[in-house]
Amino acid sequence: MKIHEFQAKKLLAGYGVPIPRGQIARTDEEALNVARQLGEGPFVLKAQVHAGGRGKAGGIRVVDSIADVARTAWEMLGKTLITAQTGQEGKPVRTLLLEEAVNVAKEIYIGIVIDRRKACPVILASAEGGVEIERLARERPDRVITEVVDPSVGLRPFQASRIFYGLGLDESLARPVMATVIGLYRLLIEKDLSLAEINPFVVTEDGGVVALDAKVVADDNALFRHPDIAGLRDVSQEDPLEVEAGKHNLNYIKLKGNVGCMVNGAGLAMATMDLIKLAGAEPANFLDVGGGATAQMVKEAMRILIFDRDVKMIFINIFGGILRCDTLAQGVVEAARELVIDVPIVVRLEGTNVEEGRRILAGSGLAFAVAVDLADAAKKVGEIAKRVG
Amino acid sequence: MSILIDSGTKVIVQGITGKEGAFHTAQMVEYGTRVAAGVTPGKAGQSFDGIPVFNTVRDAAEATGANASAIFVPPRFAGDAIMEAIEAGIETVVCLTEGIPTLDMIAVKQYMKGKNVRLIGPNTPGVISPGSCKIGVMAGYIHLPGRVGVTSRSGTLTYEVVDQLTKKGIGQSTCVGIGGDPVIGLGFVDILRMFQHDDGTEAVVIIGEIGGSAEEEAAEYFREHMTKPVVAFIAGMTAPPGRRMGHAGAIISGGTGTAAQKMDALERAGIAVVKDPARVGETLSGILSR
Repeated sequence: MKIHEFQAKKLLAGYGVPIPRGQIARTDEEALNVARQLGEGPFVLKAQVHAGGRGKAGGIRVVDSIADVARTAWEMLGKTLITAQTGQEGKPVRTLLLEEAVNVAKEIYIGIVIDRRKACPVILASAEGGVEIERLARERPDRVITEVVDPSVGLRPFQASRIFYGLGLDESLARPVMATVIGLYRLLIEKDLSLAEINPFVVTEDGGVVALDAKVVADDNALFRHPDIAGLRDVSQEDPLEVEAGKHNLNYIKLKGNVGCMVNGAGLAMATMDLIKLAGAEPANFLDVGGGATAQMVKEAMRILIFDRDVKMIFINIFGGILRCDTLAQGVVEAARELVIDVPIVVRLEGTNVEEGRRILAGSGLAFAVAVDLADAAKKVGEIAKRVG
Repeated sequence: MSILIDSGTKVIVQGITGKEGAFHTAQMVEYGTRVAAGVTPGKAGQSFDGIPVFNTVRDAAEATGANASAIFVPPRFAGDAIMEAIEAGIETVVCLTEGIPTLDMIAVKQYMKGKNVRLIGPNTPGVISPGSCKIGVMAGYIHLPGRVGVTSRSGTLTYEVVDQLTKKGIGQSTCVGIGGDPVIGLGFVDILRMFQHDDGTEAVVIIGEIGGSAEEEAAEYFREHMTKPVVAFIAGMTAPPGRRMGHAGAIISGGTGTAAQKMDALERAGIAVVKDPARVGETLSGILSR
């Protein structure tokens, strides 16, 4: 789960990481009040959206005097910010983080990720902050300091020290930089994060350090033991169809195409999207109804698919194991009747009780295109997509 | 012949009295798996369909001599359940649970170091050696005993591929779901090594997906050590970056873990990569008849 920058900074501050003075504002009036408390300016107004690339997209603006704060805040709030990471639909700006501007002398990167293969946290740092770390690691690996943490003993002080000396900073910054690295690690462990990143961590012209931007991603599977983190979710930053699907325990991701698909199992769902593409069409979504789906869940899944205005046809691909084909067929027929679906539906069923499932579809009197196998389904999807697309 | 499990495998089911555990225990017994005991704390002395239930894995293992475990315990307790099985000396631990926090799995991997255990999963459909033993949730009847090894990061996509093989009369030695989570027990490389050394396996199918680098490592292993033919399919060619595609481990991050990179690595190593998921069986059949 992603959270906002201001939420991440608040968490960091709780672990001893210095952050700029600032507050959030949801109206231009609030912004002005915050600015008054902060002082003379200059100020930075930062759009709080779940996406990077804000600076280039106009989502971060610097104003020199308090007189410009309210107008700038008014211009930014309520807008949809489109960045390189948001896609064309963008993200709504409902909250601004207003901070006092910092005079930056040097930008540093400090982040912690989970190394899947080594099964441990890895701290990455670089004296070249403000850039994308993955890219830097690919192009200039010599510029990235890596510390692998042994999870049984945690981050050791010598590792924090190695990171500090690797960054080549003035000795006077040893304490605050090492405290930041240790605080960031404790935050990751205590809050079950899959990513904790300060980019950039800056040295200011007056010789201090501060986390200028922060990104935190929480492990969804661990939210049950962190109600405080779970409470930071902002559904305004998520696709409304995805939020709706989530209410019914459906795993749904909106994509750009027009062939809606419903599949059981995540791997088969991805493979089905790939198959649609190979058939010359584009998938409108990823939708995994899960292994234990009921007729009711199938119906909810059909609702989500037809609520997507882009969907011009539906492809249902089920390999029945625990989810029996007759249960699925029943759900599909009921949904098609109740929801008044007017787009063509291709159904491919295989596995447990497949004959019964096919019989239910055929006997429904509804115009399903029933495929005999995956290859046949791909052919049918391709043909129909060409006609309706 | 097979890898990991066979007709001699004796299984404990952890969480046998839960909904999932109960359902799949019955299914496994019906398939012919020797389920020796169940474990549910507080329910020792009870019996489940004639299977004795114990409070702890150690009690169950000592009483029955079981050497494998199937874990159907809810996510928040599953990491602990894996460690309990390891401590009791269980050699093959299959964890079916989906949704275990990553840091719990990191602790499990730490705990496993230096111990003699083979962990499969979590978030796996399990392992099946057709005709002799099934530890998992897959539908048994789609499998056919034979000589092709299958290993995968997903569930239903594996059933799809197995079904294609079975319908062509190509049986399977063992099918192993390694799990869809970012931190798992045995990986593709471990399974490939076992298949390479198994006399009952003559070819292997790998079903990978976006995220991580397990497929790239498999490609490297194949190039260095394998003589048996391998066919691969990678799901997620159309998956957008930065989104988790159902499985916790299926995410393209920072431009790495894409299907294209994985296909490229596998192809360069000499593995036959199938782009069309409908043609995995057909491709393998072609290779076997050469």
